Amino acid sequence: MYKIAKENLSALFRLIAETRELYLPVKTAGQTNYAAWSEDAEVDLDTLKTVKSAKDAFFPQSEGLYTVKKEGKKMSVEPEGLKEQDFVVFGMKACDVKGLEVLDNVFLSDPVDTFYAARREHGTVVAMACHEPEETCFCKVFGVDAAEPKSDVAVWTAGEDLYWKALSEKGEALTEAVKELFTDADEAAVEAEKEAIHKILEKLPYMNLSLEGWNGDALSEKFDSPIWEELYKPCLACGTCTFVCPTCQCYDIKDYSAGDTVSRYRCWDSCMYSDFTMMAHGNNRTSQMQRFRQRFMHKLVYYPANNDGMYSCVGCGRCVEKCPQALNIVKVIKAFQNQGGEQ
Amino acid sequence: MSLEKKEFKPKIVAFCCNWCSYAGADLAGSSRLTYPADVKIIRVPCSCRVNPMFILRAFEKGADGVIMCGCHPGDCHYSTGNFYARRRMTLLFSMLDYIGVENGRTRVEWVSAAEGVKFSETMNSFVEKIYSLGENVRLGDLRCKS
Amino acid sequence: MQELINRAKELLADGTVARVLGWKGGDLPYNPEPAYFETAEELADFVYNSFCGANLSKYMIEASKLEGKTMVCLKPCDTYSFNQLIKEHRVDREKAYIVGVGCKGKLDIEKIKKKGVKGIESIEGAEITDEADTLKIQTIYGEKSCAYADAMLERCHVCKGKEHMVYDELIGDSKETKDADRFDEVARIEAMSPEEKFAFFQKELSKCIRCNACRNACPACSCRKCVFDSTKFDSSQKANVDSFEEKMFHIIRAFHVAGRCTDCGECSRVCPQGIPLHLFNRKFIKDIDGLYGEYQAGADTTSKAPLTNYTFEDAEPSIVGKRG
Repeated sequence: MYKIAKENLSALFRLIAETRELYLPVKTAGQTNYAAWSEDAEVDLDTLKTVKSAKDAFFPQSEGLYTVKKEGKKMSVEPEGLKEQDFVVFGMKACDVKGLEVLDNVFLSDPVDTFYAARREHGTVVAMACHEPEETCFCKVFGVDAAEPKSDVAVWTAGEDLYWKALSEKGEALTEAVKELFTDADEAAVEAEKEAIHKILEKLPYMNLSLEGWNGDALSEKFDSPIWEELYKPCLACGTCTFVCPTCQCYDIKDYSAGDTVSRYRCWDSCMYSDFTMMAHGNNRTSQMQRFRQRFMHKLVYYPANNDGMYSCVGCGRCVEKCPQALNIVKVIKAFQNQGGEQ
Repeated sequence: MSLEKKEFKPKIVAFCCNWCSYAGADLAGSSRLTYPADVKIIRVPCSCRVNPMFILRAFEKGADGVIMCGCHPGDCHYSTGNFYARRRMTLLFSMLDYIGVENGRTRVEWVSAAEGVKFSETMNSFVEKIYSLGENVRLGDLRCKS
Repeated sequence: MQELINRAKELLADGTVARVLGWKGGDLPYNPEPAYFETAEELADFVYNSFCGANLSKYMIEASKLEGKTMVCLKPCDTYSFNQLIKEHRVDREKAYIVGVGCKGKLDIEKIKKKGVKGIESIEGAEITDEADTLKIQTIYGEKSCAYADAMLERCHVCKGKEHMVYDELIGDSKETKDADRFDEVARIEAMSPEEKFAFFQKELSKCIRCNACRNACPACSCRKCVFDSTKFDSSQKANVDSFEEKMFHIIRAFHVAGRCTDCGECSRVCPQGIPLHLFNRKFIKDIDGLYGEYQAGADTTSKAPLTNYTFEDAEPSIVGKRG
């Protein structure tokens, strides 16, 4: 284990950025999101949750797939290159790291998504323990330990220092590259910090949320429940929950025509949108209730059915914070609990 | 490899109403008056057909300047179309100015079917203005720039 | 609040209304959600406090299609939106029993959190009956406090007034909250150089994630199908692939409601990225007021909207450059 004084972090970032791209929480116009580091970027490690998750670093909101060019009577197709540059994502929280695991199950299983795979291969994640978890957090419910982020490198903040521990080969390599800035440290301070975090986690209102009844086998029972008809009503059908979510992985493929070139790109889709999974024959979800249901069924039933019971919610609580009408997955889970969900 | 800066050739879109301004352009042509070839005319049934999205789309696709021409207020073929268009464009141009797009890039001129000279003069002066402003970098889609 | 619940129960009992549209208490001290109530028992969950910022008038579009009347709780600013929807024939006045509820300014939890308040357990002072000027916030990291006015939504600082524009009855008292002019911010930006303006909006709009919450929450955005959702539209409606798309979206969004926007402030309230979207709408309102005479959308149900109206003497578009 190593440590570095917090005031020297900019030196650390500068050093990392010399050899790798560096993404970390940056404050722009009052909001903190992951962005590329630069000398004048306002790095913000104090905000617990970035508005968007770090998903963008591996699965950007939009990315080009290929471009078709027309020159005279000739056509050429240029596929978009894969990520080749090594990069570091600094400051991801344990829930977001778990979110990557959810994405891995989707994009790295056959057929492998090469764009995503290349980013995963070149990306090193430096995950940060949650210094002060908030009332909207419920990661523990999904087996995430906010004090013990499992990634390439784990870091903790305690007092005036940042503690650094490599956990994987990639993490070792990164550590090697920046070691000159570190001093050796013992585990005592980190152990104390972990204990403090665990104590706080116990007090959070959502930590004892029960997921009883939510699993891959609950399909028809949950799907047919009349509760959805009540739950969806305040939903505005905006895509906020989807776009801030670290695990939502649906995307749409679109063409953009610029005259002689047409670029095909993909961008995140949201099951809240009326054209979600629209096909030539029309749409198989015609009401907002069905689309609303899709989101939670996917996270808590369909995904576990296909992935050995693993949920595709990680309890980051972003939807709890950001939903314009204060709807969220916790309220959905609770609604089923209160009404038995067995009608 | 030459690193010489490419000469700036502006792309200018002119929305012209069918009844007055397009006929004005016709008259300019048959009167052998000149206006720069940088201007691409799009004929619309009435200036009121031009919705703000048309203007933004033109910029998106690479226009450096957009001008809208219609019948003089009071002379609209449909009586009142250009009155509505006038309010709309005033608000839109004001908004573009507000977000920092140079306001010389957009213009509205009323050109009647008898004003071939005015058409030619308008286009010449507008193109000159766009030359002086240079390339439009604030309001275009990069994918259309190559 | 109890008065509201009692009245709702009466109206349900005597059959005046078939349902009540209000807010249901959340599971955190600050997250009530819009909800329908059909029975007296369900009304046990009814709340009306300072976190009930959501404008319920847009829900009345759907509620107008339901059997029977809906009792809807509207704050003073919400009634402007409702009037505007009546004018556009999007809601049925006969299907609504409007209870104008009092308002002493609504709170923005984001503003409280921006002050570094986290781990919130309870908030004292947000009840509608509370008169306190300060919110007492109990958190797992200790007790915090925050001035009520500092935690108010932006729109409440420039409140249009506490008078309801349309109602069947009024319940509850209001408190004046206006302490700023709504065009101040717009004027500040207008005074900037083009470079500064561009940089300002570029920075704000770069945060946009195209969640469309601003559009979907907007009571004036009531088209059945939005132009941005058209499959014929080759710009994406779900992502800003190029930074042009965020400008296009926000200019057009505001333009499509120009002259119809009541300045209810929902767009800015719901934006997950805190983009001051009202700056677009207010710019249009300011221009309309200045060029075509003062106009408040939603103040009545009969006047002609500025963009469907004209005079022979209207200003020419070239005025934009001349104003300097």
